[in-house]
Amino acid sequence: MLEVQNLSMRFGGLLAVDQVSLDVNEHEIVAIIGPNGAGKTTVFNCMSGFYKPTGGKILFQGKEIQGTPDYKISRLGLVRTFQHVRLFSRMTVVENLLVAQHRHLNTNLLSGILNTPNYREKEQKSLDRAAYWLDRVGLTDMANREAGNLAYGQQRRLEIARCMVTEPRLLMLDEPAAGLNPAETKDLNRLIISLKEDYNVSVVLIEHDMSLVMDISDRINVINQGRPLASGTPDEIRRNDDVIKAYLGEA
Amino acid sequence: MSEASLYFIQQLVNGLTIGSTYALIAIGYTMVYGIIGMINFAHGEIYMIGAYTALIAITGLATLGVSWLPLILIVALVCAVIVSSAMGWAVERAAYRPVRGRHRLIPLISAIGMSIFLQNYVHLAQGSRNIGFPLMIQGGFDFGGDDTFRGSISYMQMTIFVTTLICMTALSLFISRSRIGRACRAVSQDLGMANLLGIDTNRIIAATFVIGAALAAVAGLLLGMYYGSIDPLFGFIAGLKAFTAAVLGGIGSIPGAMLGGLILGVSESMTSGYISGAYKDVVSFGLLILILLFKPTGLLGKPEVEKI
Repeated sequence: MLEVQNLSMRFGGLLAVDQVSLDVNEHEIVAIIGPNGAGKTTVFNCMSGFYKPTGGKILFQGKEIQGTPDYKISRLGLVRTFQHVRLFSRMTVVENLLVAQHRHLNTNLLSGILNTPNYREKEQKSLDRAAYWLDRVGLTDMANREAGNLAYGQQRRLEIARCMVTEPRLLMLDEPAAGLNPAETKDLNRLIISLKEDYNVSVVLIEHDMSLVMDISDRINVINQGRPLASGTPDEIRRNDDVIKAYLGEA
Repeated sequence: MSEASLYFIQQLVNGLTIGSTYALIAIGYTMVYGIIGMINFAHGEIYMIGAYTALIAITGLATLGVSWLPLILIVALVCAVIVSSAMGWAVERAAYRPVRGRHRLIPLISAIGMSIFLQNYVHLAQGSRNIGFPLMIQGGFDFGGDDTFRGSISYMQMTIFVTTLICMTALSLFISRSRIGRACRAVSQDLGMANLLGIDTNRIIAATFVIGAALAAVAGLLLGMYYGSIDPLFGFIAGLKAFTAAVLGGIGSIPGAMLGGLILGVSESMTSGYISGAYKDVVSFGLLILILLFKPTGLLGKPEVEKI
């Protein structure tokens, strides 16, 4: 579904990403791991259209998307989150989910003012979908709170719900478990697996929490200093000497 | 009622009248600032063009022999709103969008350039002398007093109140309830994220300019009729005042712009009434300086909290 071929990204004299390749199939959870500063987020930024890569190709469902602006990429069904929470914090929880469906509700100004049946029907549909996902991530009681007032773990779940109401094909999560306590991480774990199992969404995630990565990933790509170090199933990665060296330092 | 209190109420009425139109214009500044963080210095000119368009429409209808007042007013209003909105849209498209995302000073210079351009364009097209604006809504009623001093509210003042109130209510509903209003709020909080969620942010930004321009056009018609004459510099001072109002209330905040406009209008009319009309601009801009010194975020503005 997603194929990254020999991706390179150079910032002036710094080659942040060097010849990284990875692929994601339908119905799969793929993790990108590596030490801090390895270039994981840069790979993400290239995939989501935030950067225009200086080399290599990114194919999404067979179409080259490198250098396509971010809003067009998200419309193709490739949606991401960031390391830090980026909710619309002064809007309510449910509004966050409604506004994410804005493009699905392609009606004009006039039909809104006149409150046409078509407008009402679409608005109702998006409300239903928002209510469904609120329930799914356990935030129904919080629907009318300002998003900025939620607890951190709730904000992270709301972000995933906000991605899901856009009906993505591929979800990119940048350190989704950062700052979560063990119980919340476990919830997140179940949620991500269910996205794959129940909603047929593929997931690419960057994560430092190894227990989460090993539990849920179908495959893992390791990047070190901008270069691909290893890739394989969790078991293969666990036993890979290069990976152990990169993480623990050479003896 | 004593004469002194009547006099006070009269000044209050005058101040609220002027203040509510400042508020209408100020909303354009504040919405644009809230969404893309720039000051649209051409906004005063958009307002001036609204007034000119209304006057042209009124003159046109008069030559056609139309004399039914409500029809004249509605046609003038619709023409002014359409032309100003189109102008607001065009200015954003031509002068701001190409430089968006650059250093802050660049859009600012572009805006000042646009303002000078529009001012001079109207100079050339309409002449630089002031043109009389027909006083179409005359009369009023007294609310007290005797032969020495009467407190009165003119029908024109009431028209201004009612129209402004309708516009403000409609805007508040639009921002809080409608889909585009919701998207506007999202874009103003995090443009990049809104983009990523598939919102056409260019369209939302354009919509903001159009809404601001439409409200300015309404103010243009109202103030044209209130003052009874307009000239190409008509927008300059009103624009500055409205900008002051927006900063006073907290730039970026719509309720702030409304409040700031009213406070500014009242403080001006009180100065005129109790000190001297010559000092009213001193007071309004003095107020601006005080606010910037002691509460730079304005009355209702929230300070930006940098999260670590």
